[in-house]
Amino acid sequence: MKKDATIHSHHISQQFNADLEEIKANMLEMGGMVEKQLADALDAIITADSGLGQLVREDDAAINAMEMKIDEECNRILVRRQPAASDLRLVLSIIKTVNDLERIGDESAKIARLAIELTEQGESSKGYIEIRHIGERVRKMVYMALDAFARYDVDAALLVAREDASVDVEYSSAMREMITYMIEDPRSITRVLNVIWALRALERVGDHAKNIAEHVVYLVKGTDVRHIGLSGLEEQIKGD
Amino acid sequence: MTESNSEYAPVNRSKFKKIDMGKLGSHVQSPSAEELPSCISVNDLNLYYGAAHALKNVNMTLPRQRVTAFIGPSGCGKSSLLRCFNRMNDLVDGCVIKGSITLEGADIYHRSVDVADLRRRVGMVFQKPNPFPKSIYENVAYGLRIQGINKKRILDESVEKSLQSAALWDEVKDRLHDSALGLSGGQQQRLVIARTVAVEPEVLLLDEPASALDPISTLKIEELINDLKDRYTIIIVTHNMQQAARVSDFTAFMYMGKMIEFDTADNIFTNPAEKQTEDYITGRYG
Repeated sequence: MKKDATIHSHHISQQFNADLEEIKANMLEMGGMVEKQLADALDAIITADSGLGQLVREDDAAINAMEMKIDEECNRILVRRQPAASDLRLVLSIIKTVNDLERIGDESAKIARLAIELTEQGESSKGYIEIRHIGERVRKMVYMALDAFARYDVDAALLVAREDASVDVEYSSAMREMITYMIEDPRSITRVLNVIWALRALERVGDHAKNIAEHVVYLVKGTDVRHIGLSGLEEQIKGD
Repeated sequence: MTESNSEYAPVNRSKFKKIDMGKLGSHVQSPSAEELPSCISVNDLNLYYGAAHALKNVNMTLPRQRVTAFIGPSGCGKSSLLRCFNRMNDLVDGCVIKGSITLEGADIYHRSVDVADLRRRVGMVFQKPNPFPKSIYENVAYGLRIQGINKKRILDESVEKSLQSAALWDEVKDRLHDSALGLSGGQQQRLVIARTVAVEPEVLLLDEPASALDPISTLKIEELINDLKDRYTIIIVTHNMQQAARVSDFTAFMYMGKMIEFDTADNIFTNPAEKQTEDYITGRYG
């Protein structure tokens, strides 16, 4: 059966079509908010802008409210429409994706808090190259995962999962570098630790983007591809 | 995925713009029945079939141009209550009604009420489609003809309009003068709805309108109910809880002749106040 982004718009009930469209649109809008929050958090840390960091932290409330609103709409659809098959998978994957998006929002707020602390601790560029680089990569992952969701594109979802594996490798090597900095100059430990927390948060953002990509595969193909590793995922996607 | 990936559109990195919380709001709670203009109001209604006490102290206000569903196990009184709204129970021997029901503020059980006129204002559709053994056209025109309207132009117009509002026009427009009995069950039911709306009632009473139909016809009737609620106050009795969840704005749960709970469908189906309601809708009773 052909499954694309228009599959949910052919119900006899126009209202049901509209309800499903609405939760999808709201989820993507929330995704846009989270992308922006992450971009601004990175901006704040790299340009040492504590004012921007503060704004990013405040923005978390709006994202939390959006999460609750979408969850409530999903509840309503489940109880009132008893969705089946691809409709059910759409609602379930939106519930899960919204959860991951909210966690990305939390990680962004954490990065913003670290930006404020690092700004107060004074200028030093140690570790910023790593933050910038990993940050750019996970930002793209979030963007691509949401894009894959909007277009029901499992191949794009697979790219996100591959990218996550590669970001994890880069994260490990960045960690080693941070340890070297701390050994070289113990006075920098407080500062470098904050950089480490920021890197850790970014790595987690990548994991959440990968989760979203897995929800896309579940949405389109109906198979649960969590916990089977990258090669398992590749097999699942190419296996038909 | 490299830095130069051209498909990647970077988000706007201009300085932070505050997200408008007002626009988000939280999900707007649907207003309660009391907050909406009322159409039918039931006050201390008691109904007896001989010695049997079928409805016990029912009080409720049904909002105008909304769909209200009555759910409950067999024999709980939901059909009896529905039939009070156009005085169908008058036809039952030994039926005694106490209390009052008002339609747009006027008591429908008052001596001065013309029952035929009341039934024009409060139309009813039953479980089994009951088209007259006449043509499709004559079925829809029937109500107007008995009102003395015989002008062909007016009848034609009304038949088309009614069939269109019953979502049946496209299926029957080329065979309006064929017998209505040749239609499928689902089409017959929509024809009956067209016949009911042809006389422009204010209220539509639907007693299990889809229980004799297949799932697709059922969905079509439900979609029709959704379209019609902009113009009519609709009250539906259904055994099918999922149907009540799909179509109704307000839901009333009845049990043993009592109105146990009446609230927005959202509340009834996500967080009912009464344990009996919860037990029924979750399949623990009934």
